[in-house]
Amino acid sequence: MTRSEFIGSNRLRSFSGTPTDRSAIEASQLPLNQGTPNPGVPNGGMGSAERKHRDRALASTTGLELYTGAWGVDQAAHLLRRTMFGARVEDITTVLKGTMSQAVDMLLTPAATPDPPLIYFNNGHSAQGTTWVSLPYDATVDDQYLASLTGWWINLMQTQNISIAEKMTLFWHNHFATGSATVKSSQYMYQQNALLRQNALGNFKALAKQITFNPATLRYLSGNQNTKVSPNENYGRELQELFTIGKGPEISTGNYTTYTEADVKAAAHVLTGWSDDAVNLKAVFNPANHDSGNKQFSSAYGNTVIKGGADQAGATREIDDLLTMIFNQRATALYISRKIYRWFIDYVIDANIEKNVIGPMADLMMQNNYDVKPVLAALFKSAHFYDVDHVGSMIKNPIDFTIGTLRLFDVAYANMIDLLRHYYAWIGVQRTTASMAMTLCLPPNVAGWAAYYQDPVYYELWVNSDTLQKRIKFVDDLAIDGYTLPENQVKTYIDVLAFAKLTSDPSKADTLIAEWCKFLFPIVIDPDQVTTLHDSLLNGLPNYEWGVEWNDYINNPTDATKQKTVEDKLRTLLKYMLEMAEYQLM
Amino acid sequence: MKRRDFLKGAVPATVLPFMLGGYSVKAFANNPYLDRLIQAGNDTDHVFVLIQLSGGNDGLNTVIPLDQYSAIMAARSNIAITESSVLKLTTATGLNPAMTGLQNLFNQQKLRVVQSVGYPTPNFSHFRSTDIWLTGADYYQTLPTGWMGRFLDHEYPGYPVGYPSTQMPDPLAIQIGSAVSTGLEGPTANMGLAFSNPGAFYNIINDKIPSAPATRAGFELSYVRSIGKQLETFAVPVKNAAAKGTSKSTMWPTAKVNGLADQLKIVAQLIAGGLKTRIYVVNLGGFDTHTGQRAAQDPLLTQLSVAISAFQDELKQYTLEDRVVGMTFSEFGRRIKSNSSGGTDHGAAAPLFVFGSQVIPGILGTNPVLPTNATVDDNLNMQFDFRSIYASIMTQWFGTDSTTNQNLLYADFPQVPIIRGSAGVTKAAAQAASLELYQNFPNPFNPTTQIKFHVTGGHTTLRVFDVDGRTLSTIVDRELQSGEYQVAFDATGLASGTYLYRLQTLNGSATKSMVVTK
Repeated sequence: MTRSEFIGSNRLRSFSGTPTDRSAIEASQLPLNQGTPNPGVPNGGMGSAERKHRDRALASTTGLELYTGAWGVDQAAHLLRRTMFGARVEDITTVLKGTMSQAVDMLLTPAATPDPPLIYFNNGHSAQGTTWVSLPYDATVDDQYLASLTGWWINLMQTQNISIAEKMTLFWHNHFATGSATVKSSQYMYQQNALLRQNALGNFKALAKQITFNPATLRYLSGNQNTKVSPNENYGRELQELFTIGKGPEISTGNYTTYTEADVKAAAHVLTGWSDDAVNLKAVFNPANHDSGNKQFSSAYGNTVIKGGADQAGATREIDDLLTMIFNQRATALYISRKIYRWFIDYVIDANIEKNVIGPMADLMMQNNYDVKPVLAALFKSAHFYDVDHVGSMIKNPIDFTIGTLRLFDVAYANMIDLLRHYYAWIGVQRTTASMAMTLCLPPNVAGWAAYYQDPVYYELWVNSDTLQKRIKFVDDLAIDGYTLPENQVKTYIDVLAFAKLTSDPSKADTLIAEWCKFLFPIVIDPDQVTTLHDSLLNGLPNYEWGVEWNDYINNPTDATKQKTVEDKLRTLLKYMLEMAEYQLM
Repeated sequence: MKRRDFLKGAVPATVLPFMLGGYSVKAFANNPYLDRLIQAGNDTDHVFVLIQLSGGNDGLNTVIPLDQYSAIMAARSNIAITESSVLKLTTATGLNPAMTGLQNLFNQQKLRVVQSVGYPTPNFSHFRSTDIWLTGADYYQTLPTGWMGRFLDHEYPGYPVGYPSTQMPDPLAIQIGSAVSTGLEGPTANMGLAFSNPGAFYNIINDKIPSAPATRAGFELSYVRSIGKQLETFAVPVKNAAAKGTSKSTMWPTAKVNGLADQLKIVAQLIAGGLKTRIYVVNLGGFDTHTGQRAAQDPLLTQLSVAISAFQDELKQYTLEDRVVGMTFSEFGRRIKSNSSGGTDHGAAAPLFVFGSQVIPGILGTNPVLPTNATVDDNLNMQFDFRSIYASIMTQWFGTDSTTNQNLLYADFPQVPIIRGSAGVTKAAAQAASLELYQNFPNPFNPTTQIKFHVTGGHTTLRVFDVDGRTLSTIVDRELQSGEYQVAFDATGLASGTYLYRLQTLNGSATKSMVVTK
């Protein structure tokens, strides 16, 4: 499959030219050479006043130096929102028991390997409740296996412990983007997911090597059709352009600064001979299809020559040489650092940030031979990460929005009576998230989700009049109307009373609203809005009347009417808060 | 078929007889009532404005029963209104001196005072009692929908799917203020204008955007808000209407002095600007006067009175008076006896106001009767169930039939006369006018006395209560033909003291007191 096919049905908003015009997507890629700030991009039709807000970030001078400021609820919530999905109040409390540095170390502890996804339905030939991941491909049930995989993944994200592992797994999925519609094997998709998960906090270079042999990648990027007689350049190109070194400015025809068209061809020849074995679910090497000649690279790579190998060991050694050549380039360290930055911090990278943050991250990356953990540790302990300019600057992606909401409120799904219902619930959330334009195992194309590279709008792509409506409906449903899981017509609600009890004094309207604001919003809201929230709770009554009603409920715990009276007020209040634009930020 | 289409088709024909609210419409073929019914339904231009007085307004200091003045002084001398300063509506009933505007409206025959509205077994929780009023529930019941929401759902089935539409391009209901009212909660959606952001309504009217910090977060916040605005499908017509309806009345107070006036000014602006919205809900808070009531309640009543007067004047300037009826309500009244902090605690029944050029002017119901020595637990008895008022508004103003009312209110609440010129009302008013309860004779007495009354027929009860509201005797409880009746009451076994007797029919009630001397 070529790139143009991926793009064909998922054409990105600001692409110019035909869907097959490669220059269009290339033009949208990031500037790569160090010291060149993001050029003055068209500002997407925003007024000059708004544009000013964007430029405001350019004043930021903080860098990777250790953060020494306050460590409280605001900072802990910021750290958890960015490294996990939603910041649960209990998790905030937990990390605040230690220092900022200890909190980051806790987050960087790898997660345990989860049990594989299961056959949740009775398909007539394999036992319900057993796993399908090692079974041979079966077209009749592959859709259900894919649903099982994505539902399983949703559940892992929702039930994550205090660890960055899930967010990093998703990061790698976005980075080494692979789509189920092309791969057409849920087993392969699971294999790749397990690979990303296992290496989530590991070594970038080692992961890139595994990805190169990964059957899902071989299918997705035509590696399985790359032969000596008829070389397919697809993977050789994306490996460099999107997965590792990234594309710089085209300084002459076919020369992208960091690599050239000739390097694409040479890399493709290195990668010949591999394909996938759908029965045994693994990559296989066919020496007859491998080009055993030497491969000449351009001056971008110091005119490196990779010596040809004839057998599987030789061909594997060639891939090692190829990756070593690429990973020895500082541009690769810079490229992955920018990618991490845009995933965790913000999309604006100006000259200061390039110099104070991206450069030092790349240095750490190279010093540690592409182990990502030391880089992440430095980033999340840095003054730049806690810079108030970047707190709340991200628009939540659909996973952050749905899973983050479910986690924040510890939502317990209704009617979880058996395995089937559990999977239905997770699959339901997966579908809700997909309706907001983020489908797990199906990124729009090999470049991943456009919100992480599409200049100048980036995260803003997540929110439009369609997706915002769906986001608001999702939280309205959870707060008031009841969230109905598909195939399981039972309504699920947020337990507002429990959420109120997480505040230090739910009987005080001021405290309740102020603390809920802290739990829900990354920034301080406009005082007029605080007044409005008070009105929605108290409707002009003096504050103490809320306490009277709340205590009346607390003192009469079995009185359903008293409970409903305060519960309804809280639901209305919460609905309003969740509908606020501030809740879209993190 | 919509009721309106049916009626329209019916008029030019030789008058199709059909029943509506128990009355044959045929008989009123050229009657304004039929015109009103034709206007009613989906494209009526009738507007209803509901003013919620949050906190529980003290009724006894709002509408003062002058014939009970000694009992008032006994129960609440520390907050009582000087008898001479009461603004008289009739010889026996007057208004708090803060409400000269409402007195004027009364004199202009644009004010209906409904005495002692409430519900059985009053609840003293603000939130619960507000829910009861807004949902139309019984005291033991919780309902998921509001009475206005159910009404609008009946009129516009399926809302919000398919709206805005050509026939209804505007929001069905608008709540000015913060959260959309529970009263507007419909079976499938809230019928009120729902903006995606609290306070957005004011923001749209006034072009005000909440502040955003000068950070990257502030930038993205403004972006999300700009998308949120696109979702506010009704924002454009609302804003256009607000822009068209400039103020003509000179009676509006300066902005931000009187919050209710500010809200009603927006409502007037929107009506004058051509918005087809049927229901508006506005809110005035602060009536929870446990301490220092006079200093708190009197200014609020001034605000209420000034706001309604200015609103009415604005409608008059625009010749829109005949299209709009308004009503006040509060979740409960307050105790008869004041507390030592110069305030009153949560109570029960209280009067409400209905205003507009189309109301039947005057006072509906009788003055409440106060016990001679009220204790802290004493509350005013209700004369009218609040759902009777809702049923009356729905039929007499919006043209629903009694079956619909029964479906929307879950019981058959008898109507009371509120709106001028409607068939049901004409009849009901006639009945109410002929409902008479005479003073017993002899009085004081021992042990027997005679009670005379007049009814126009229907189920009738006559009961005797002590001053705490406990029923001591039921003298009449049956169907009666129209006519005058006289019954005897025997007080053997009762101690000396004041007792109340109350006549109740479907069309209203009357209460008087009598004294046993042994």
